[in-house]
Amino acid sequence: MTSLPESKPGAKKLGLVIDLDTCVGCQACATNCKEWNTSGHMAPLPDRHPYSAGQEGVWFNRVHSYEAGDGEDGRTVHFPRSCLHCETPACVTVCPTGASYKRAEDGIVLVNTDMCIGCQLCAWACPYGAREFDDDQGVMKKCTLCVDRIYNEHIPEERRVPACVSTCPANARHFGDLGDPDSAVSKLVAERGGIELMPELGYKPVNRYLPPRRAPKADAGPPKDAGPLPSQITNPLLRWVDKVLSR
Amino acid sequence: MNPAPSIVFFTVASGAGYGLLFWTGLLRPLGWVPASPGFGAAAVGLALVLIMFGLLSSMAHLGRPERAWRALSQWRSSWLSREGVAAVVTFGPAGLLFLSVIGDHTALATAMGLLSALGAAITVYCTGMIYASLPTIRQWHHPLVTPGYLLFAAFSGAALLAMLAGFWGQAAAPAAIAAVLGAAAFLLKRVYWASVDGARPVSTMETATGLGAIGKVRVLDPPHTETNYLLREMAFRIARVHAARLRTIASLAGFAAPAVLLALALVTGGVVAGICAFAAAALAMVGLMAERWLMFAEATHTVALYYGADTRG
Repeated sequence: MTSLPESKPGAKKLGLVIDLDTCVGCQACATNCKEWNTSGHMAPLPDRHPYSAGQEGVWFNRVHSYEAGDGEDGRTVHFPRSCLHCETPACVTVCPTGASYKRAEDGIVLVNTDMCIGCQLCAWACPYGAREFDDDQGVMKKCTLCVDRIYNEHIPEERRVPACVSTCPANARHFGDLGDPDSAVSKLVAERGGIELMPELGYKPVNRYLPPRRAPKADAGPPKDAGPLPSQITNPLLRWVDKVLSR
Repeated sequence: MNPAPSIVFFTVASGAGYGLLFWTGLLRPLGWVPASPGFGAAAVGLALVLIMFGLLSSMAHLGRPERAWRALSQWRSSWLSREGVAAVVTFGPAGLLFLSVIGDHTALATAMGLLSALGAAITVYCTGMIYASLPTIRQWHHPLVTPGYLLFAAFSGAALLAMLAGFWGQAAAPAAIAAVLGAAAFLLKRVYWASVDGARPVSTMETATGLGAIGKVRVLDPPHTETNYLLREMAFRIARVHAARLRTIASLAGFAAPAVLLALALVTGGVVAGICAFAAAALAMVGLMAERWLMFAEATHTVALYYGADTRG
């Protein structure tokens, strides 16, 4: 059924919160996503010419790098882009076959690749480029929010998060229920002013991006409670202790 | 958007086919086109051939054409599914129309003709809505897109009907209709182009990344050095100079010249009228291919914003 499930207040809305302040653009999330999902729910993810010019394949997560602003306010922002598991995903409603669907129980948007006819209208309907076509199988593929990990009782509980979240070395990716205002991710979004991408299109994405924090003023000096600088400590033993404790 | 030849050909061919079916179904009972079974069979036959080739061509676009039947199931939410259902349902009365004109069953032909006309109009309306319902592509999400699909189908169908009626020496009525529709199509397309060229895109790199609060956003590094599906399918770029030329070809060869030729057919009559109507129909089909190709090539998708393209087109 490509009609959307009725949205009830307090319903579970699983999604990601991505911290653009701490993302270092290392591509580990994209790599681990590919690694997990090429043998996961939507497996395989094709790769054409993987070791030569013309490399091309399906990825659920792509990490862009941007420059935003100018002068002192300007900064580099690494920007992972993947499915936002929207509340009103047109990719689902345009699907003529019922292959695309949004799960009522947790809001995850999935494709049943056994029913997909490969018309690719869903990719046109997605503003965020979350869907990529698999030329080998002739069907559409997309992020599953690692539906085969997050409920998987065969892996330790602490690892039941999407592959991109588990691998992030900067802890820039957070996973949880954005429908619950008391969840850790919802609190993070509230605290940091999490943003929606292209809200003007009305897709109501569930995933949120935490904007980069304002850079401190260059002439602000050391914080008031800062101790002496290492160079100001004359005793070598104390200097070593300071160094160890400052790590 | 990537102008896939299968979709360009499909929408032009099936649009003209449905237009031809519409006018044949409507004008036969009025006696505005030749009443002979031969003419009816030619008109309905050509319409069905165009529709069928169009639909087969659209199947070539699918990754899994053998599953195409599944596309009939989600008519509650999907315009593509509704188009499929409308197309399949319309084959019923259209097929019976073909049989009844051959068998010269006037009453049945009239009823089936009117039902076919209704089915044709609904199908083309659904085709237009597939495009017009996508907020991701501002050039398609425009109030003139669906009226355009309907008008261009009606125009090309009437031009084809005038061509066929010309062989029977009775092109006047369809030629008059087609000339008026050609002029209307010319105007609609001009107004549409002026509107999309003048509009400011709602979505920008700043809203796409959410970084607008910091300032202007520029691409530093793309996520991949080679191309990918998104770039090939949705970040198709057309040189502005080519677009301008193709617009001239589409509006002049596709709409204005056929309208003039059809008006000429109306005043001359006889063999000259037949030749004019034939040339008008041929030009209209070629011009509409250019128009449809442009409809894709000039359409800009929001996903291109992530790769630094502006969507002003």
